[in-house]
Amino acid sequence: MDKTILLAHGSGGKLSHELLEKNLLPPFSNPLLDKLDDSAVFEFSGRLAFTTDSYVVNPIFFPGGDIGKLAVCGTVNDLAMSGAKPLYLSVSLVIEEGLLIEELERIIKSIKAATKEAEITIVTGDTKVVNRGNADKLFINTSGLGIIPPQLDISGANARVSDKIILSGNLGDHGIAVMSQREGLKFSTPIKSDCAPLNKLVSQMLEASSQIHCLRDPTRGGLATTLNELAKQSNVGITIEEEKVPAAEAVRAACELLGFDPLYIANEGKLVAIVDSAHAESVLAKMKQNRYGTNASIIGEVTSDHPGRVIMKTRLGASRIIDMLSGELLPRIC
Amino acid sequence: MKFIDEYRNVELGKKLIARIHQRSTQPARLMEFCGGHTTAILRHGIRQLIPQNIDMLSGPGCPVCVTANADLDKAIASTHLPNTIITTFGDMMKVPGSHSSLQQAKAEGADIHVVYSTQDALQIAQDNPQSSVIFIGIGFETTAPTIAASILEAERRGIKNFYIFSFLKLCPPVIKAILNLGEIKLNGIIGPGHVSTIIGSLPYEFIPREYGIGCVISGFEPLDILLCIDKLVEQIEGEQPQVEIAYRRSVKPEGNRQALDLMNEVFGIGEANWRGMGTIPASGLKLKRKYQRFNAEQIFSIDPGPPREPKGCICGEILRGIKMPTECKLFRRICTPEHPVGPCMVSSEGACAAYYQYGAN
Repeated sequence: MDKTILLAHGSGGKLSHELLEKNLLPPFSNPLLDKLDDSAVFEFSGRLAFTTDSYVVNPIFFPGGDIGKLAVCGTVNDLAMSGAKPLYLSVSLVIEEGLLIEELERIIKSIKAATKEAEITIVTGDTKVVNRGNADKLFINTSGLGIIPPQLDISGANARVSDKIILSGNLGDHGIAVMSQREGLKFSTPIKSDCAPLNKLVSQMLEASSQIHCLRDPTRGGLATTLNELAKQSNVGITIEEEKVPAAEAVRAACELLGFDPLYIANEGKLVAIVDSAHAESVLAKMKQNRYGTNASIIGEVTSDHPGRVIMKTRLGASRIIDMLSGELLPRIC
Repeated sequence: MKFIDEYRNVELGKKLIARIHQRSTQPARLMEFCGGHTTAILRHGIRQLIPQNIDMLSGPGCPVCVTANADLDKAIASTHLPNTIITTFGDMMKVPGSHSSLQQAKAEGADIHVVYSTQDALQIAQDNPQSSVIFIGIGFETTAPTIAASILEAERRGIKNFYIFSFLKLCPPVIKAILNLGEIKLNGIIGPGHVSTIIGSLPYEFIPREYGIGCVISGFEPLDILLCIDKLVEQIEGEQPQVEIAYRRSVKPEGNRQALDLMNEVFGIGEANWRGMGTIPASGLKLKRKYQRFNAEQIFSIDPGPPREPKGCICGEILRGIKMPTECKLFRRICTPEHPVGPCMVSSEGACAAYYQYGAN
């Protein structure tokens, strides 16, 4: 039995088939995938959401997750942020020769666990192996297909004046967890990545109210960048309060040490919801019942002042502009 | 154990703000020396909280920003040396030199590593004995001891392929140079926190003695800065300028003897080339004769050609405190953190970057 991935594993020949049949296909067995035709073929009707993302995180294993879990959750969350119920997923692996098969197996296991939790089915996939140095251990692309319930209209352009801004939990866990593992920067932190599928949290929120206007997951660029995108897309102002924005003590400490601001650090299991003010409390209450929303809080509101801009009221009572992330030297975090 | 909340305590902060308002009766112009201070002041909105008659100016305390183009060009040119690895602090990567930047050189194939400490650079030298490894030594008295330590460590370990550019600079001489220029009338100086942790507060005694204004050394948390402003206002109102420390958990009057000894073992004092101020005598650190074999400028033949200043950029005037970032025609329009024209927009300690990021609204 080989211990590492060889170029021949991606040749399309016998070794490729062996890898597929032994390692890649069995964990994901389902009628659509098992046919092994060139395309997955299925019937569909209704409004679809379709999204794609590539994952190049370094290192591929980090506290609280790995590139496999991230690749499933990231795409599931992109679907969920449109209000879609995730259905089908494609997974493409670009493997650098020399990756340990044991590591690949761990990642496959983690992909399986994440798809199970998110109740999404892998229906097609691909594997390529490239020469050493032409990729960094493993890159994954996933595309996802989901169905949007009728009448639901969630978009970054839908924020309205006086809506409340809800954040689902502590900021910055993913970015700090990954950075703590970065070569040359290794530091010890109890923080684990928050990487998680949020589709069930979203469906519970939608049960509480249909007046959820915007949903977005603050990944790269952090909360600050996400709020700026929403303010610009909806052409409204957003005001948040510093003391309401939650971040773990260890994340805040690491940020101070490294010169970062938790508002700009990536998250992989958090969402921002902009909700009609009359419905915000009931949505919040529902969120708190979900394990991924226990620390949720209302952090601010939409205003007609300063359209396109985000302002934060500081603890000391001053206010400052929160701009998008601009030019920082950050490692590959997703 | 907590390290942040104590220094951001809202109750104490409000008390200090109230006291500053109570004490302050006359216009006062303060210069915060450090870029780190500028960033903290804007990030916590401190300018809005203090009386309007107190004016805050940014000073030259950003190591990346004060590095002259002539020196930066040397560093960029050295990336073309055969079989050479360049190591640098990350902030330097994007600074535009006369013709290129380190980032650009890297994209074109130069072997450049961003490091977090000089010891990492030394390790790269040890791991790559067949290459020359050059560290771009920028900074003030804060980074100088660590660079000195790496030189001594290279000697101890017998590492023969490690070199540095010493563009290191000293704080008290540049404060003196700014006060001598007399372009701006200052009533007090918010003294550098980290630099003073190394050199102590005694080297600033000339400020009240010769220029009749106070210097209060500050940390970088909101309470540190408010306390510092409070002390400066008290001095101004009482007409009793002096050197004080508002950062006692880190700074002692005599500084850090061990770090100073390291620095003095390896470096001697020489002139330095400052962006915006030109050459200032006795304001830089140069490798002593016995450590010349580590001196990249001495060992390698590097000719970057004459430096060129970017057109329209007023970084030099901003570093002297005579202009605000928002007074620059390029600010936000052409010069942004993504497309910086001058270094003050690049560094996380740069005044322009801080004004861009945290805006004054």
